[in-house]
Amino acid sequence: MIEKKEFILTIEDLTVSFDGFKAIDSLNFYIDKNELRVIIGPNGAGKTTLLDIICGKTRATAGSIQFKNEEMTVLPEYLRVRKGIGRKFQTPSIYENLSVFQNLEVSYPKGRSVFGAVAFKCDEEVKAKVDSIAHEIGLIDMLQTEAALLSHGQKQWLEIGMLLMQEPELLMLDEPIAGMSVRERELTADLLKRISSNRSVIVIEHDMEFVKQIAHKVNVMHQGRIIAEGSMDKVQNDPTVIEVYLGH
Amino acid sequence: MQSIKNLLKQPNVLSIAILALILLVVFPALLDNFRLNLVGKYLTYAFVAIGLVVLWGWGGILSLGQGVFFGLGGYCMAMFLKLEASDPITTKIQSTPGIPDFMDWNQLTELPIWWLPFKSLPLSLIFVIAVPTLLAFIISYAMFKRRVGGVYFAIITQAVALIMTTLIIGLQGYTGGVNGMTDLKTMNGWDTRTDEAKIILYYACCVTLLLCVIAGTYIQRSKFGTLLLAMRDKEDRVRFSGYDVSMFKVTAFCIAAGVSGIGGAFFALQVGFMSPSFVGIVPSIELVILCAVGGRLSLVGAVYGALLVNASKTLFSESFPDLWLFLMAALFIGVTIAFPYGLAGLFESHIKPWWRLKSADRQKNQEHELDLESQVDHEISHAVDADFPSAMAVQSKTDEAELLIRRKAS
Repeated sequence: MIEKKEFILTIEDLTVSFDGFKAIDSLNFYIDKNELRVIIGPNGAGKTTLLDIICGKTRATAGSIQFKNEEMTVLPEYLRVRKGIGRKFQTPSIYENLSVFQNLEVSYPKGRSVFGAVAFKCDEEVKAKVDSIAHEIGLIDMLQTEAALLSHGQKQWLEIGMLLMQEPELLMLDEPIAGMSVRERELTADLLKRISSNRSVIVIEHDMEFVKQIAHKVNVMHQGRIIAEGSMDKVQNDPTVIEVYLGH
Repeated sequence: MQSIKNLLKQPNVLSIAILALILLVVFPALLDNFRLNLVGKYLTYAFVAIGLVVLWGWGGILSLGQGVFFGLGGYCMAMFLKLEASDPITTKIQSTPGIPDFMDWNQLTELPIWWLPFKSLPLSLIFVIAVPTLLAFIISYAMFKRRVGGVYFAIITQAVALIMTTLIIGLQGYTGGVNGMTDLKTMNGWDTRTDEAKIILYYACCVTLLLCVIAGTYIQRSKFGTLLLAMRDKEDRVRFSGYDVSMFKVTAFCIAAGVSGIGGAFFALQVGFMSPSFVGIVPSIELVILCAVGGRLSLVGAVYGALLVNASKTLFSESFPDLWLFLMAALFIGVTIAFPYGLAGLFESHIKPWWRLKSADRQKNQEHELDLESQVDHEISHAVDADFPSAMAVQSKTDEAELLIRRKAS
């Protein structure tokens, strides 16, 4: 056997079907350590479904997902998170009626059991962590603000911050710049570059300019399959990709 | 003194202190024994209401079957009291002396095995909390692990309430059937029916309730409380932050059930009987109404809600025997339309800002006076060796300051 390269995420022969419709069709997918990967593809290609399966929101019909050489398909969602998989949802998913501080505090990976949560103390360590993350996502001055009052872009950042609190080794972001202004997009691109320096990141995105800015490598998905993989330039000139995007 | 002042400034502490004052001092001073006992009865429902605050207000899980847990707690207590009231001497005219009368009427000749633990007071007291909690655990574990929630969960709790009533009525020989357990007399030889006992029970009920409120406040301030709010808002986000959401929901449900059980036990003690009419669907919904009227986000509010709704129930049914149900409905509909967060919400949104405005004004006035006084002192010292008119001007300022102080004092 050939010596396997050390991937952080290995997906093999993954299939998901909803009543016979194959949303993901025998897909193979590998992510390196500290890689920033972007998945693009037309609507309904199965991009969000792929993230759903990796984090456990949707169950795989067949195939295997290995994270750090450990099978994930059998684990419930919260255990996958504890192994180090973080997921950001497409629409900002934050706790609107809590303050920014509380949003981040709740995401701190201690006191996750019921009794642990009752006994959890917000000590200096937690506060320092919240401060450093809030600084990173540019919300340091708004810690006491109710999250519902944040702008759309700030909510997106807050959710990314909540994930960073957990120090995930694999971070999955579903359209992180949707609805952001040009300036916010630039800031987000910088943020993503910074956070991918010591962890793997998968991003789903439609905005090609943004993808060019951040991606190490791009995958193109179509009808539940990956039809191209490589640098942005290579992918953009791929005839199958052009056909998929321009239609038949 | 300063430390007490600081303690009172913390959120919730002042409101709990006021509640304690009302329950432990004001009510006993103003009400006769009969009314005080009634208030004690209302307070037993307040236990359920604060359980619902944790479960429904914070956790967003509506249960329409809390009467089941209230009833189970009540029955556990009543079974102990009933056994004590059925000693062989008092029941010697029965064909089997020494067992509860309803068993005798139903041709039972022996105490059922599962009644035996209720001969012991400590065991019975443990069961008061343990039995409702255990049932709540079984129901909620089965539901929440399968991600049944929202309306479906509420409907299932309704079904449980119905099943429980049917079961209690059906097993007449074991439970006393539709009449329930009556003629409860003593607890460990202590007569619970005298005026003195009723007052002691009232205080015991108040203190336990206050302890539950304090424990609830602790939970609210812990990360568990924050997580409940977070789950109500974005359940998936909590799950994908590494929390086993179902276990948190199960725990909230068990807490609500356990607290309700304590309420039921106090009910059995203070009212002297327990019957299936406190278990079914209608009482369960009434319990939710208490919580909604009081404010489902506030523990203290829920207690006032329980007092207000039950007091008006008594008042309406005494004064308008034909109309009282309509008046109750009007109260409920009125409160939920006008203040969706109940009395506590009304307090938070109207009275608190008004109070803050007032105290801000007061503070401003005070600062103004202080300024004026120090200014006056300053000018007097300067005016000593100055001419007459400037001393005059200083004098008029002193008058103004004095007038202000006098006005404030009156």
